[in-house]
Amino acid sequence: MPKDKSGRTLEQEIMLIDRVCAGETHLFYELISPYERQVYVAAFSTLQNEADAEEVAQEALLKAFSHLSGFRRESKFSTWLIQITINEARMKRRKDRKALYESLDKQNTDEEGDYIPKDFADWREIPSESLERTELKQALQRALASLDGKYREVFILRDIEDLSIAETAQALGITEASVKTRLLRARLQMRDALAPGYDGAWSLGENQWKKVRPW
Amino acid sequence: MPIIEISCYHVWREISNYIDGEIDPELRRRMEEHFKGCEHCSAVLDGTQNVLRLVGDGRTFELPAGFSDRLKKRLEKDLGG
Ligand SMILES: [Zn+2]
Repeated sequence: MPKDKSGRTLEQEIMLIDRVCAGETHLFYELISPYERQVYVAAFSTLQNEADAEEVAQEALLKAFSHLSGFRRESKFSTWLIQITINEARMKRRKDRKALYESLDKQNTDEEGDYIPKDFADWREIPSESLERTELKQALQRALASLDGKYREVFILRDIEDLSIAETAQALGITEASVKTRLLRARLQMRDALAPGYDGAWSLGENQWKKVRPW
Repeated sequence: MPIIEISCYHVWREISNYIDGEIDPELRRRMEEHFKGCEHCSAVLDGTQNVLRLVGDGRTFELPAGFSDRLKKRLEKDLGG
């Protein structure tokens, strides 16, 4: 039986869905618990704020519960949850329209000028112990925050949450071609933001990055 | 078959699709050839792949402390389960 990230088979998942729909509402948390982090991260990708992301994640899951019988099983259950969450998050953003979110609101324009990589420093080695470092985590958060909303959403779903290109397109309601274009921009910008020596804010103590500039 | 050279600019435009395996074999061959001879582009490729390894390890975002408990309480309250 193929199991996905949730650690259960598709059959088991469908059975759980059916039981919840049939009135065993206490099983709903069990049904969604493998995806609660993904739902939270999806909300965060749009809102960039922990408290708002948590609130929206809860609202989205309640909405998923009330529409559960309408889940048509053409997509993965997790993708469906993420889709609902992104919609909730966008609605919240629209409702709030605070200055804080204004810069994220250029979502629908798709003017992609070509993005030229800025830094060609060599950057081949990543010691795995470095992943633990708070510094690195903060650098990642900063780099993500520096992306435009439409790039950040695609990058987070595809590269952090590991959705396929098709699932990312579905969750965001955009075409696969748009996913690919935005992904390119997002990845190159993330690389430029994180390439050591470029932003200079981040070193690894004795394990200095090897810096090679070809010119 | 001779491999037709492509420009760095063309490589950057396709580098993300290259990583995802979303390009045809002919273009892939040309890009591989280009990376062998171009330090700039191979640095961009390595760096981009490093970014993906860094962020893909599942530790970039953690749930806020108490998230699951608050969610369970909310569900109990609102679903009456
Ligand atoms: Zn090149």
